Amino acid sequence: MTTTSFRADAADPAAGAGPVADAPVLRADHVTKRFGGVTALDDVTFSVAAGESMALMGENGAGKSTLIKVLTGVYRPDDGRILLGGQPAVFARPLDAQRAGVSTIYQEVNLIPLMSVAQNIYLGREPRGRLGLIDARRMQSDARELLSAYGIAVDVRRPLRSCALGVQQMVALARAVSINARIVIMDEPTSSLEAREVETLFRVIRMLRDQGIAIVYVSHRMDEIFEVCESVTVLRDGRVVHVGPVQGMTRGELVSLMLGRSIDAVRREGATAFRSGHTSDAPAVLEATGLSRKHEIADVDLRVRPGEVVGLGGLLGSGRSETLKAIAGVTAVDAGTVTVSGAPVRGGSVSAAIRAGIVMLPEDRKAEGIVPNLSVRDNIVLAALPRLSRAGFTSTAKQDAVVDVFMKRLHIKASSPDQPVAELSGGNQQKVMIARWLAMSPRVLLLDEPTRGIDVGAKAEVQALIDELASEGLAIVLVSSEIEEVVEGSGRVVVLREGSVQTELTGIHVDEASLLAALAGTEVPE
Amino acid sequence: MSQTLTVALPRRATVVGFFQRYGVYLAIVIVLVVNLAVTPNFFTLDNVRVQLVQVVPVLIVALGMALAIGTEGIDLSVGASMALAAAVIPLYIGYGVVPAALIALACSLLIGLANGVMIAVIGVQPIVATLSLMVAGRGIALLVAGEQLRSVTDPGFLALGRGAIGPLPWSVLIAAVLVAIVAVLVSRTTFGKQLVALGGSRRAAELAGLPVRRILLVTYLLSAALAGVAGVIGTARLGASVPSTLGNLVELSAITAVVVGGTPLSGGQVRVIGTVAGALLLQLITATLVKHDVSDAYSQIAQAVIILLAVYIQRGRAVQR
Repeated sequence: MTTTSFRADAADPAAGAGPVADAPVLRADHVTKRFGGVTALDDVTFSVAAGESMALMGENGAGKSTLIKVLTGVYRPDDGRILLGGQPAVFARPLDAQRAGVSTIYQEVNLIPLMSVAQNIYLGREPRGRLGLIDARRMQSDARELLSAYGIAVDVRRPLRSCALGVQQMVALARAVSINARIVIMDEPTSSLEAREVETLFRVIRMLRDQGIAIVYVSHRMDEIFEVCESVTVLRDGRVVHVGPVQGMTRGELVSLMLGRSIDAVRREGATAFRSGHTSDAPAVLEATGLSRKHEIADVDLRVRPGEVVGLGGLLGSGRSETLKAIAGVTAVDAGTVTVSGAPVRGGSVSAAIRAGIVMLPEDRKAEGIVPNLSVRDNIVLAALPRLSRAGFTSTAKQDAVVDVFMKRLHIKASSPDQPVAELSGGNQQKVMIARWLAMSPRVLLLDEPTRGIDVGAKAEVQALIDELASEGLAIVLVSSEIEEVVEGSGRVVVLREGSVQTELTGIHVDEASLLAALAGTEVPE
Repeated sequence: MSQTLTVALPRRATVVGFFQRYGVYLAIVIVLVVNLAVTPNFFTLDNVRVQLVQVVPVLIVALGMALAIGTEGIDLSVGASMALAAAVIPLYIGYGVVPAALIALACSLLIGLANGVMIAVIGVQPIVATLSLMVAGRGIALLVAGEQLRSVTDPGFLALGRGAIGPLPWSVLIAAVLVAIVAVLVSRTTFGKQLVALGGSRRAAELAGLPVRRILLVTYLLSAALAGVAGVIGTARLGASVPSTLGNLVELSAITAVVVGGTPLSGGQVRVIGTVAGALLLQLITATLVKHDVSDAYSQIAQAVIILLAVYIQRGRAVQR
């Protein structure tokens, strides 16, 4: 692929010299990365020093994962360079970065689940005995020693997959550090950990920091940033908008930096196609009570009246999508009930939810929504097929009628109903998905990021459509990462935080200032 | 084919697309032309009839296989279904042809039920589930048959395999009807549309509320039933129930026919007519080699080469040397 490659032994000035305070061990210097016409990183400078733990924050699409991939050799920057210990480094592939001491711990542990803990730690560098055979006993005692140094007691002969997720992550961490990692990048490490495991992780992070290892910590959980990080870099739309110490910052400041809206700058001109927030006095059609699911949501209540748009606010990982999925029967709940007009809906069954009139537009349109190899027609009628059939035989006339109505009403641009849906633009694919659900004449419409990844024109159309559907009496729940979409589209906003309902904004409080304050976890201004 | 298609897609894609779609028909034409030149007496009515009669069992099995593959699955137990159907025929032929055939079908449906429950309800991978029935099913067939070859002499039953109405053999007629039924099932019924959608994106099908389990269960039931029909016809043709060998390796021929016919192993598409053409192509190539006294070993190698070619073309890299 390339002739230049990084060799760990060639540029390792800090080896054996101990941590040098303030000198950045890893630095991205004016890095730009484009994908096609989209600039994912725009002149980003990011650095972390030995013994420093740096938080990397930003909402979805801010460029965090692109930056991590540039730092670890998955992508190569279009512009700018990576400096390692002050020397320019070119990582041709992720392995080069690893060899040079940059290790990444992902939320999904990428080790070998069926091998033992010890085997995983020493994979590819097993201690050898006589005859060049693997010295299993020494490997196990070394592994035990290594882990106990971090306060982790575990039977190292157990297969990795039989260990708790927290332990698995610790094993990944121990492996990385015992190889030669000088920089450890952690991407959402706590998302599936128990509280006690998080404690252990934090203890290990602090130990690593004291050993002079640089830590890059990516998380959406505000508490964790304040607990284990000294500095923070905030990205927004591919640019660095803030670098500084964590101490002295408030949650509110951090949130408004991430979202790009100052708490004071309220009451702006409407930036969306929504006419007004929708409220209603009719009795609730959807009532969800006490929805709980381990690690995801806890005791969430939600009531939606016909003709009302209720926004679900919250940062990524707050349980927005999880709440929708629980209501739509995609995931089974541990506790809680859902009723439509008072009639209970069996949980954990999509078809039961659909029969009751609850439909959900999934967040990941490509993987969970469209069937790419099928035509626009087949995608639209997919859910409604039984209704458009007679004795199991599909009726072309009935299908054509429905497809025609919705292609016209939603302005779906396709060369014909027979065009494969994969060839359509994102916006038109989204309209196909909406058409699929409207063909079921639903009573409750759950929208998860309905305008993500679609162009401006289609976005306005979809927003106007949401308005129209609400005024026709549909009960709508709207989840969006875009704060103005939630505020201007919803008549009421239920704010989630770490899986629970934090607060509810109604009436004049449905504005950006109140939502920002609620997201940050501070009191709503009266 | 259509003007807009040629204009809209880059040239490479259209050429590959052409071979993916029509390669099998082109291959049939080539084999026929070659035979016209080198094989005496190939284009006689008798030979055409023989070829059709011989292709019937594989063709019927391949129809069910196409459905299983369309769901992104596979059915390796079709040979066992054939054998089990064959094994019970001699036991019940005393009650008449129709009852015996129905009981045979019911027995093969049991294999389909076992497959379907494992795959749809328990969530076992299709290849594993049907592999276990491929082995166990034939074992059961041998137990039922007492490991003996039994001849079947009922003239009505034998007519299924050897008789004809005018020039058209009964077995070919049955196969033609089954092709029509499966073609309608795939293109004109709710079940067929749901099956294809499920194969295209299982997650999307689940979130659209499709009865995913039921679709999978019915698919494997259909595959087993079709294999059962093939077992009955095969037994009638042989005039004997031979559960130890009937349907051996039929799953490979069926998969080849389906893939050569343009149905991708990745699911989301079922090409019924393509599958028919795929089965015919395999039969014609075997017959050609046989007529020129090429040993069976070479004909198997030829089959392997065709599979490779078909899969290669489906990967879309055939052109642009």
